[in-house]
Amino acid sequence: MALLEVRDLKTRFYTDDGVVQAVNGVSWSINEGETLGIVGESGCGKSVSVLSILRLIPQPPGKIESGEVMFEDRDLMQLSDDEMRSIRGNKMAMVFQDPMTSLNPVLTINQQISEALTLHLGMSKKEARERTAELLKTVQIPQAEDRLDDYPHQFSGGMRQRAMIAMALSCNPQILVADEPTTALDVTIQAQIIELVKQLRDEIGMAIIWITHDLGIVAGIADRVAVMYAGFIIESAEVKDLYADPRHPYTLGLLGSVPRLDMKKKEKLTPIFGLPPDLIDLPTGCPFAPRCDYKIDRCAERPELRTVAPGHEVACWVDITEERKQ
Amino acid sequence: MGSENNVLLEVNNLKMYFPIKRGVFQRRVGDIKAVDDVSFFIRRGETFGLVGESGCGKTTAGRCILQLYRPTAGEVLFEGEDLTQMKGQSLRSMRREMQMIFQDPYASLNPRMTVGSIIGEPLEVHNMAKGKEKRERVQELLKVVGLNPYFVNRYPHEFSGGQRQRIGVARALALNPSFIVADEPISALDVSIQAQIINMLEDLQAELGLTFLFIAHDLSVVRHISDRIAVMYLGKIFEIADRDELYKNPLQPYTQSLLSAVPIPDPVVEETRQRIILVGDVPSPANPPIGCNFVTRCPVKMDVCEEQEPEFKEVSPDHWVACWRIN
Repeated sequence: MALLEVRDLKTRFYTDDGVVQAVNGVSWSINEGETLGIVGESGCGKSVSVLSILRLIPQPPGKIESGEVMFEDRDLMQLSDDEMRSIRGNKMAMVFQDPMTSLNPVLTINQQISEALTLHLGMSKKEARERTAELLKTVQIPQAEDRLDDYPHQFSGGMRQRAMIAMALSCNPQILVADEPTTALDVTIQAQIIELVKQLRDEIGMAIIWITHDLGIVAGIADRVAVMYAGFIIESAEVKDLYADPRHPYTLGLLGSVPRLDMKKKEKLTPIFGLPPDLIDLPTGCPFAPRCDYKIDRCAERPELRTVAPGHEVACWVDITEERKQ
Repeated sequence: MGSENNVLLEVNNLKMYFPIKRGVFQRRVGDIKAVDDVSFFIRRGETFGLVGESGCGKTTAGRCILQLYRPTAGEVLFEGEDLTQMKGQSLRSMRREMQMIFQDPYASLNPRMTVGSIIGEPLEVHNMAKGKEKRERVQELLKVVGLNPYFVNRYPHEFSGGQRQRIGVARALALNPSFIVADEPISALDVSIQAQIINMLEDLQAELGLTFLFIAHDLSVVRHISDRIAVMYLGKIFEIADRDELYKNPLQPYTQSLLSAVPIPDPVVEETRQRIILVGDVPSPANPPIGCNFVTRCPVKMDVCEEQEPEFKEVSPDHWVACWRIN
């Protein structure tokens, strides 16, 4: 049975310019110990969808219009704020993109990590401090005991992200939500953090939802991938199936847009032309149709996700695998 | 360094130190060695990639070449003339030949100027065109970068990130330069838009015979677009080689770990890849280590690395390395 199941999640933002249709009926699930990668470009709704699940959308202007999020036989959308608080940071923890702004600059590292331990696990301050030191060791911060009373500005970017991960792990979460956790970091530091998360995943056995725009990172860490575009999931599959046999023109386009370090000879990239749609004024049909090379008349009608192979779903009217053979 | 006659730009022992000042009297107490004794050359018509992580001095090096910073020491020879010795009118006239594309398309266009005046400004400053002639040139440039020529009277906020970057490129092309420094021109853009800009830069180079210095942190993009690549770390260039040679035969340990850290969008490849994970962070450029700058993180360091800086040498034709393991 799925550990977490999201059904028909819709989130909108009511702004002065109009209604932003950020997430438009998204459904997915994640099993215990599984890593789900959610991929997409900026504004595709990948962050908003997981923030909605954790009920971290500022309301107003945001509003979760519909959706069920089943976790341990309960619908998170129906819980009171207090009940939700006991889950957030405890059973479901989050690591954010920017380690500079997501730590409080006027509290020490120990104060910030201990907070969750005293709050959720009822530890005394002394116990929490010891556990915090252990956690910092787990995330491989050198001389952890000596760094407990440091402030975030005394940490480098990579160390701050490690501290964030330590904080997320503090209550042994079942699900770790990582929202572009390495985007602000350099590649060699990014490699350190990814390696660390993989190690911890294997030790602790938590499920991970990893949000990113980088197809390379997903290829290395995810078991399953959902590709988002304009607030819809347009394709989802096991990681190897998705890269070997992309079924949606957008997924295919994304893979053709990124240069590969291991390419044999200099080849031209095949970009996707045009721009993503305005979320205030979404096309009524397939959201990708205006940029699509495989467009047919039927694309004026919005496609639903359909299963094309075991575990492989796509929202497209055209069978692009057949089309590409021709 | 470059004795051949098809060299457009030659940089010799370039240094850029920024002073650290303290106290009431702003006494100079040290230096940030942003670029520390860097030498390379760029051939006519090629794309030279400069890759490195944040703070390694790659942007500073680019700005020193264009004399946007006046270097602390060293030579920048453009068509054989030393730019560091030029000033006033003679430098200004050289600037016609060298232009820059900036990283952030939101910050590098004046929000209160129309697209027409942004692209037309260099033409006026350098007395190249006025009035109707200028307008026509601007419209032609818009067409060259794939924008509608009727956009001249619009303002930057009416454009997306990718379109703004095209405006930045049009501005850089306005004076028909031979050399362009592109400083992270695609880092602020989405994946699908990045490919559009990369292809446009490649097409423009082929059409106009441009020479590029392409500065970026993303090695897969740099390898895609460049003919030769220099790897920079903490103010120093560690390795320069042809794009394929650098990938197949990286000699410097930092280059090796950088290559292994770049994710490849293919789960089958990723599964079997061996990564060299570096420990620790980059030291501060105000206080670089003694000896080789990479010594604090190097997985294969020797005693000599902590004592003396390795010499930057050509180990095989066109392959330059600074490492004691090689020397």
